[in-house]
Amino acid sequence: MPSIDFRNERRRRAERIVPAILWACAGVSVLTTLGIVLILVTETANFFRMVPLGEFFASTRWAPLFEPRSFGIWPLLCGTLLITVIACLVAIPLGLGAAIYLSEYAPRRLRAVLKPVLEVLSGVPTIVYGYFALTFVTPIIRAVFPETGIFNALSAGIVVGIMILPMVCSLSEDAMAAVPSSLRDGAYALGATRFEAALKVVVPAALSGIVASFVLAFSRAIGETMIVTIAAGATPKLTANPLESVQTMTAYIVQVSLGDTPHGSVEYGSIFAVGTALFAITFLMNILAQYLAKRFREEY
Amino acid sequence: MEQRLSESPAVYGKSSGLAGAGGVPETLRDGEHRRVLRRRRIDWALHLVFLASTMAGVLVLAALIVDIVMDGWARFTPELVTNHPSRRASQAGMRSAVVGTVYMMLLVAPLAFILGVGAAVYLEEYAGRGRLSRLVQLNIRTLAGVPSIVYGILGLAVFVRWFALGRSLIAGALTMTLLVLPVIIVAAQEAIRAVPRSRRDASYALGATKWQTVSRAVLPSAFPGILTGVILAMSRAVGETAPLIMIGALTYVTFLPGKLTDPFTVMPIQIYNWIARAQPEFHELAAAGIMLLLILLLLMNFAAVALRNKFRGRI
Repeated sequence: MPSIDFRNERRRRAERIVPAILWACAGVSVLTTLGIVLILVTETANFFRMVPLGEFFASTRWAPLFEPRSFGIWPLLCGTLLITVIACLVAIPLGLGAAIYLSEYAPRRLRAVLKPVLEVLSGVPTIVYGYFALTFVTPIIRAVFPETGIFNALSAGIVVGIMILPMVCSLSEDAMAAVPSSLRDGAYALGATRFEAALKVVVPAALSGIVASFVLAFSRAIGETMIVTIAAGATPKLTANPLESVQTMTAYIVQVSLGDTPHGSVEYGSIFAVGTALFAITFLMNILAQYLAKRFREEY
Repeated sequence: MEQRLSESPAVYGKSSGLAGAGGVPETLRDGEHRRVLRRRRIDWALHLVFLASTMAGVLVLAALIVDIVMDGWARFTPELVTNHPSRRASQAGMRSAVVGTVYMMLLVAPLAFILGVGAAVYLEEYAGRGRLSRLVQLNIRTLAGVPSIVYGILGLAVFVRWFALGRSLIAGALTMTLLVLPVIIVAAQEAIRAVPRSRRDASYALGATKWQTVSRAVLPSAFPGILTGVILAMSRAVGETAPLIMIGALTYVTFLPGKLTDPFTVMPIQIYNWIARAQPEFHELAAAGIMLLLILLLLMNFAAVALRNKFRGRI
């Protein structure tokens, strides 16, 4: 143990300087948020100097790269929503089912194996999922529905659903595991089967945590980029047909940045306008999820 | 619980008979018996449904791995890492991308480690519990949920344009650092919080100053947990594609970056470039590249788990 000398000038200086350095480190995360908001707001304002706000929200055509140009956000929003809804249709039933199985039915040892395996799914890079969608899922869909294009919303949506599945499963399971076992025991004492205990006692008690996991997964699906860029195509259009090619907000941003877009052009500005819409939607979703999860925690 | 399922239905019938000792009609008892049987059959059927939905995820993972290994096996050769990208699929490799990924990690890991641990130490040991620090905490959680492509937009506007770093290795590394920072801060905070109070008290009792306590008593104990978090965050950064496409990592680079301001590419972007081509030969290359990427990620995750197990319960 080194002796401690309080007269040591260097040591006393360290005591003053270190907190300032650490404070600056913590400040980076605040600056990041401020940076994101500031850049999105100023560049989007620039964009709306070139494109009227009314066109952005009222036009139903998104054609930024060829004449006559048109910047209506709806086709991109529609494409994003279509993919996200398909993804949720895959992820929510499967994720909730898996969470109920793991929390209420699975023997402890099986659970110890299955849970990490499902978590591997969340560590797979999205580029890998994109490849899987294009070379595995799309051919299967095309074998069933021959009129499907190579790029289609269904394939991308299913694979985005698989990507968010571990999130739904693991967060819902956490919420159910947090339900006190006395509630479960009460249900069993009244003669309930495991399904009845799960459906009528555990799931309702964990409901806000479960819903929070849905909202977070929804938000993750909206922000997903590579799977939709690879598998869903680049055709912005207003359609609800999952077998057609669509373009999402994220895929549009990638498409523009892959080309060599000059700084200050309308296309360059449109990245930021679309990015602002994306950021605003996911931000609200995340706040909602945090609010729901917090309400849930306060109940017990 | 298994016992409940294997119980004979007669037990229920008998007990309801006892309850209605005053003379329950035979038909009602039968009805109740049937109802119990039905409830148990529903339980059993749903058990299978829940098991099936759990296995769906496992099966998809298996299908994904089999699909990729079958496509990529033939091209999973040493040439994959020794050859540069080429317009001819037979000669193409991903040397510049592998080197780019390694350089990127060498830049991001120390930057993110210092900033992340610094922020975590500040929030856990120095900051008060007031409204401001709660706000910073909320901010970090919110940042963790921001889509990665938004970080790409930030990197494009701040590092590429404003700092005029261009479409360079350092611009990419800084963008990635910001992206993984929230994950590292949260992991480091948890590790620091797990260090028992008694350790701090012992250090103070010996007359140590605050920073001496933090740097010599708290951080060494928290280090394995922090390192695990950093490795997991790095494995996320290795697989990220979208933000680097945004800041303009080139997809066709036939040279190795020599300095920080050189253009670069990374493995996921090279893979994307191959996927985006129509010829099946390039898809085989993409699958081989994915195998390499997944092996790298697997090794990183093993390292994280091994670290966690080695130091478990050693605080």
